[in-house]
Amino acid sequence: MLAANNVSKQVISPEGGLTILSEVSFEIDYGESVAIVGASGAGKSTLLALLAGLDLPTSGSIQLDGNVLTDLDEDGRARVRAASVGFVFQSFHLVPSLNALENVMLPLELGAAENARKKAADIISQVGLSERGRHYPAQLSGGEKQRVAIARAFATEPAVLFADEPTGNLDSKTGENIMQLMFDLNRNSSATLVLVTHDQSLAGRCDRILSLDAGALVSDEKVRR
Amino acid sequence: MKAIVYAIRTIGRELRSGEVLVLLSAVALAVAALTAVGFLTDRIGKAVARQANEVLAADLRLRSPEPLPAEWLEAAERFELETAETQNFPSVVFAGDESSLANVKAVSAGYPLRGKVRTANRLFGDQQEANDIPPAGSVWADGALMARLNASVGDTISVGESDLRIDAVLTYRPDQSIGFASLAPTVLLNLNDLPATNLVKEGSRVGYALLVAGRESDVDDFYADVEDDLPESVRVRNREDSSESAANASARAQKFLSLTAVISLLLSAVAIAMSARRFAHRRMDTVALMKSLGASQQFVITAATVQLLLLGIVGVCVGSLIGFAAEKILTSMLADLIANDLPPPGLQPVFLAAGSALILLIGFAMPSLIQLRNAPPLRVLRHDEMPPAPSRLLVAGTSLLAVAAMLYSAIGDARLLLYVLGGMLGVSIVLYATGRLLVALLGRSRGGVGIAWRYGLANVARRGRASAVQVVAFGLGLTVLLLLTFVRTDLLKGWQQTLDENAPNSFLINIQAHERDPIAEIFARNEIGAPDFVPMVRGRMTTIDGDDVKDIEFPTEDGKWMANREANLTWAAKLSETNDIVSGDWWPEDYQGDPLVSIEEEAAADLGVELGQKLTFTIAGQEIQLTVASFREVNWDSFKPNFFMVLSPGALDGFPATFVASLKVQAEERGALLEIARAHPSVSVIDLESILQQVKGIIEKATLAVQAVFIFTLAAGIAVLFAAVQSTIDERRFESAMLRALGVQRGTVLFGVLTEFAALGLVAGFLAAAGASILAWLISTRVFELEYSFSPLLWSLGLGGGILLVCLSGYVAARGAINAPPADVLRAA
Repeated sequence: MLAANNVSKQVISPEGGLTILSEVSFEIDYGESVAIVGASGAGKSTLLALLAGLDLPTSGSIQLDGNVLTDLDEDGRARVRAASVGFVFQSFHLVPSLNALENVMLPLELGAAENARKKAADIISQVGLSERGRHYPAQLSGGEKQRVAIARAFATEPAVLFADEPTGNLDSKTGENIMQLMFDLNRNSSATLVLVTHDQSLAGRCDRILSLDAGALVSDEKVRR
Repeated sequence: MKAIVYAIRTIGRELRSGEVLVLLSAVALAVAALTAVGFLTDRIGKAVARQANEVLAADLRLRSPEPLPAEWLEAAERFELETAETQNFPSVVFAGDESSLANVKAVSAGYPLRGKVRTANRLFGDQQEANDIPPAGSVWADGALMARLNASVGDTISVGESDLRIDAVLTYRPDQSIGFASLAPTVLLNLNDLPATNLVKEGSRVGYALLVAGRESDVDDFYADVEDDLPESVRVRNREDSSESAANASARAQKFLSLTAVISLLLSAVAIAMSARRFAHRRMDTVALMKSLGASQQFVITAATVQLLLLGIVGVCVGSLIGFAAEKILTSMLADLIANDLPPPGLQPVFLAAGSALILLIGFAMPSLIQLRNAPPLRVLRHDEMPPAPSRLLVAGTSLLAVAAMLYSAIGDARLLLYVLGGMLGVSIVLYATGRLLVALLGRSRGGVGIAWRYGLANVARRGRASAVQVVAFGLGLTVLLLLTFVRTDLLKGWQQTLDENAPNSFLINIQAHERDPIAEIFARNEIGAPDFVPMVRGRMTTIDGDDVKDIEFPTEDGKWMANREANLTWAAKLSETNDIVSGDWWPEDYQGDPLVSIEEEAAADLGVELGQKLTFTIAGQEIQLTVASFREVNWDSFKPNFFMVLSPGALDGFPATFVASLKVQAEERGALLEIARAHPSVSVIDLESILQQVKGIIEKATLAVQAVFIFTLAAGIAVLFAAVQSTIDERRFESAMLRALGVQRGTVLFGVLTEFAALGLVAGFLAAAGASILAWLISTRVFELEYSFSPLLWSLGLGGGILLVCLSGYVAARGAINAPPADVLRAA
């Protein structure tokens, strides 16, 4: 489903070349849920960006749902994302000018799905916000915003869901509820889940944990339940 | 296609969210200002031109020594024009035992087609406008004629074989000549009474004229229709030939109005450019998000462009409505001045304004839209990830192209356009360079000041390029505001000089040498200052450098005309203060050598005469040879007696001279004029008061137009300031919240922000004052041909106004950001 082969990422900084990821390789199966953990600056978010095709590695290749992302141009990668990828971000990233329902409709409209409004309304009610569909992001609490973001991510029924510290901006109680919601929806849709977090307990709820340290993959273990 | 559908489907949400209000109002304001300026220039330009036409009593006048062919009248009727006919000729008229030569002018119903005839019930009495022509069986007689005939209103005068009653004193007719050519006073009669006088016979010296008036295009069509068949002897006059003062004022007003239109356009361009940039910048996050959700580059740029266009169209609609409303209000405010019978404004100004706004919008937004296309989707994870900045060449190229395209269609005066554009470009470059310099200096100088100052100055320094761009925007706005204020002041001052309260309003002509003392005595008795008597001798030019003028090919028709008539000659030891020597030298005051002549420069050009050439004149049967010593520029607006030919002292000694005097006579002193007319019947009194009033009317109209239009430019300038502050508002909101969260008081944050704007305003104001001074000098002297005077007020206004305006608009625009609850702002970030 998702594979990284010898992926490295270097950037040019004022102090010279900086290696963020070096020689990272792994494979993730369909339906698997995987947590990427590590300290701040370990390269978690960079890896996520590369896996989702938001950025290109300096060397190595990435495959997603049968496509070699590293061989595609930006529009090609966008097509792959439109067809197969959902996102949940730490800072929600809702479009401030659109209300909750319209935010969920956005990826459906981009994919020219039929009945975008009805599908969006369905999933909004699944995340328990049917009463707040007409509210704008500024009128929603942090937890509600993240629910809208989760609804948006699942709206297109993606093959893989990327989540970047989804509870990072939420208090622990709300975070717990949000994670429960995400795992439930994930189970129902049998999507692959890639979760970046520094929260060990959250990571523990996934099938597998990849640990990064200073840009290198230091462990890859299955979670025993 | 999918992108267009998406854009249309989401535009409503964009509008509802209020996010795009800045852009919308920039476009709407631009269109409103341009539409209103367009309407006003159109209507006021026409009103001014029409008043200038009064001098012709028509829009077009065809004058012929032959009776008017019927086809002309038919053609005029075919084009639905108003018409009137006149015939005039010199004839001696009688009243009792008295007789005098008069200019008999017979007019048909409708005369005059432009302007009004004014009459009074008694000599030098109060005058009123006449709405008709003299009724059958009666005449309106010039006051001078009545004085010579010793007649009063109600008396009968004999014109040819008819006895006609004097119905009123003719005090003013729009087409009266103010030159010295027609010395005979006029008697105005009904054309229907003319046959009975039996004065018009085979071989009579009658001047026939057809006056036409109507819509400009119809008049042009009419003229095009008859033009080809016009005999050589027909003289055609239209508004371009109208009185010099009126035409000058009218031309300057139109130039100023088009300058104002250009400047409103430039200001709108700056406001649109800034808000379009903000539009694109604010979409950066959304675009990155949409790309992460799978949208292609093509999709995002198409969607953004379509939305921008849709917003532009909404702005255009709103702006047109405001423009229409403003035009209605202004027209009713100016009701007295704008003739009601003017054709209503067409839709053309709206289309022009809408087209301008949309082209500016696309032109200025294009670089930002292209940048948007390259927005990295990685921005969803790393907020500081920015697309590469668009190349400066692209930004400058598309912007300049957009402005040039607009200006090209908006303005006809290439030189004015060049000065304005060149000046603006120069000022922008200097502003930007100085802005960068200031930023660097401020960055170093903030060590020893308090926190608020440090925060404000640090802001200016940290924003580097953005600060410099703001200096350019503020500076440009201020430059044009100052420029307009001062060109306007210069313009008004120039016109006021024309309207000098002490400008003479009466001329006395044909004064014999021995009459000077008695006339001066009459003035002294009535406590009116003694007039200057200017000598005048009439002579005919016969040769130039020995060649007979009959054999010379003159460069212009005017030159030929001038050479074939008697010229008025004068002599003077001192150069008149309303004259300037443009080439050659004026003679010393005690000059006693061979006779010299100084010629008015345009007359010299018409005659093709050069310095040093010898001219021969025949005066009362004797010949005199003159050497061309200098050319003069004459200010004809001064209403002082002026001559094409001025001779050196002594040159005309021994020739019979008459004298001309000009003087200012107040309304209550007019009895003195009557006394002179009675005591010295051969002296002609020419009353210029009516003509001065007419010129004054034109100038006041033009002044009001200039001021009304200026208000719009001012609004556009303030919009630029707002747009400039708005472009940094997000950053300010966040900073303010952060500082307040750290415990800084709101007042301190505010003071810091004001410090920042004050620093920007100071630099922008300083640079604007310098730029405006240079531009004003260029425009005043080169385009309007007025004298430029350096003004320290411009500098204090530039600096003070810069700081005040920038601080004020900065405060108003940033207030919301400073007052927003820190928690909300930080949570939303």
